[in-house]
Amino acid sequence: MRDSARAAVRAIGRAAPAAAAVGLLLAFNAAFTPGFFDLAVADGRLAGSLVDVVNRGAVVALLALGMALVIATGGVDLSVGAVMAIAGATAATLVAQHGASPWAAIAGALAVGAAAGAFNGALVAGAGVQPIVATLVLMVAGRGAAQLLTGGQIVTFNDPVLNFIDGGFVAGVPMPVLIAAGALALGLALTRGTALGLFVEATGDNERAARLAGVRVRAVKAAAYVLCGVAASVAGLLAASDIRAADANNAGLYLELDAILAAVLGGTALRGGRFSLVGAVLGALFIQGLTTTLYLHDVSPNATLAVKAGAVLAVCLAVSERVRAWVGRK
Amino acid sequence: MVQRPGRFRFLRALRDLRVHGLLSPQDVPLAATVGVLLALFAACAIAFPGFLSPGVARNLLVGNAALGLVCIGMTFVIISGGIDLSVGAAIGFSSILIASLVQQGWHPMPAFGLALTVGAAGGATMGTLIHRFALPPFLVTLAGMFLYRGGALMVSERSITIRHPLHRTLAEWGSGPVPPAVVMFVVAAGAGFVVARWTRFGRDVYALGGGEESARLMGVRVAGVKVRVYAISGLCAALAGVAMTLATGAGNATAGHLAELDAIAAVVIGGTPLSGGAGSMVGTVAGVLIFGLIQEAMPRAGVTNSWWFRIAVGGLLLGFVLLQRGLEGRRGQ
Repeated sequence: MRDSARAAVRAIGRAAPAAAAVGLLLAFNAAFTPGFFDLAVADGRLAGSLVDVVNRGAVVALLALGMALVIATGGVDLSVGAVMAIAGATAATLVAQHGASPWAAIAGALAVGAAAGAFNGALVAGAGVQPIVATLVLMVAGRGAAQLLTGGQIVTFNDPVLNFIDGGFVAGVPMPVLIAAGALALGLALTRGTALGLFVEATGDNERAARLAGVRVRAVKAAAYVLCGVAASVAGLLAASDIRAADANNAGLYLELDAILAAVLGGTALRGGRFSLVGAVLGALFIQGLTTTLYLHDVSPNATLAVKAGAVLAVCLAVSERVRAWVGRK
Repeated sequence: MVQRPGRFRFLRALRDLRVHGLLSPQDVPLAATVGVLLALFAACAIAFPGFLSPGVARNLLVGNAALGLVCIGMTFVIISGGIDLSVGAAIGFSSILIASLVQQGWHPMPAFGLALTVGAAGGATMGTLIHRFALPPFLVTLAGMFLYRGGALMVSERSITIRHPLHRTLAEWGSGPVPPAVVMFVVAAGAGFVVARWTRFGRDVYALGGGEESARLMGVRVAGVKVRVYAISGLCAALAGVAMTLATGAGNATAGHLAELDAIAAVVIGGTPLSGGAGSMVGTVAGVLIFGLIQEAMPRAGVTNSWWFRIAVGGLLLGFVLLQRGLEGRRGQ
């Protein structure tokens, strides 16, 4: 019991850089953005900049949760953006063109996400292909597959259940916030409540040692990719629900990079071996918070890209062991 | 193999080529690539009447010159064990930079020169960061991608038409017998081949990709090699940007969208594994031509939907990845 408590403390410690970054951002907004912390309840719905950040950050948060697990096994999943597009296309075409019930559409999207994850997992864990290459296959072909489903069109739908996924509110809280929070809770229960988290870290830390210690390394890796695929499909459902359509070309475009950034910022080591789900979500919130803050200060969206580049570099340098060693020497 | 000291370096290299032939294990992916290319070409020639015309060969080269240029640089980066995600955005940046400079009254030549300098300098900066701070290449070049794309959009969100007599002449040559973009691609591919195969720098790049520590112990100046590899990639991307402005007669900040993905795919299909330390320029050129052939063949086969192209490329990629993996496994035993 004490061990698990210690592990929990360690996990929280890993999220510290992301928490600090979010804290800095909040402090900046407290000083320079009037009304940033204002919360209002309009029509029984929570509204305000903070809610907006969490609401819009949900998609990357979901991706970052799955990505953190995959990276912790020593891999990376470049296909999550394409999987989002496939999942959205699956749900939209099932409802709009095949008259399926929305629940069947959701189940279909999740199944497709799991299948995509299983494909990646089979290549990485089964065939032993380098993760960056294995997931590149689906990154390249995935959008093609999504367009195949939608027939190259943007498939629109208007279904109360699907619309509710992104646009709905429960007790005044936007659904994306609840979904992301639910995914985080589920992820924590799965990884820290069971030994899965330990196995994932053992696999990423030293695969051979883990295998000799009796960890079923291949199964652990495959599980991480499947979970990542499912998380990506939920994110795809959110994105499709947001615009009430499946846009195979643009859904989730470049989000794999945001997800990797969020996970790394959140204390997940790129070399594998350790992860923090709380940190990954905080990382995602930082990225969205940065975007929203710049937007509120009338910075053009193009300059936002440049600021993001700076953030990526700052994060890289902050987690670089060489920089740490150099700072430590002083 | 016994290395004979001698002055006939070129001949020795040729002999090495022959000795290794297509039978040595590291050349099997290359042989597979060339085989796929020839089979595809033969299939197209048989299935589509009139495919063996100079016009088709022209289209193949003109349509893929920009991608090919990017792939030359990307091949060096991947052989060195790295990756460069910034190339697509670098194309957009150099394209819009040239157009906006010419719009402000610059002569196209210095504008090209500045764009190429910026590309090379940007790549060198990324290479320095990657080496100096031991950062993962894909994160650093990701930052470069954001910076280039944001910068390009800040120059102008709308496409700028280039109105200059010299530029117009060069662009018109694009439909003449010697399209400048193709000349650039062929010259760059030739130079890339020579540099990779017959220079010290080329061997250093392979050594670096084989293992950084062992390369250092062998006396490779790792820092310089890494910086130059990314500088070459940036330079090639800027060249592709120049080619794009010639092809469209305009600069566009969104030019080169997803080009990094196409380039990586073409290089891997060309038999260069992403794990570094192996690969060849010949394979890359074959990979680019396979890309082009699929694009040429699909409309003729009645497939007008672009998504089948992506799926076909993904399928090819999968095939080559599994092939390479199979070879690695056999060699490992």
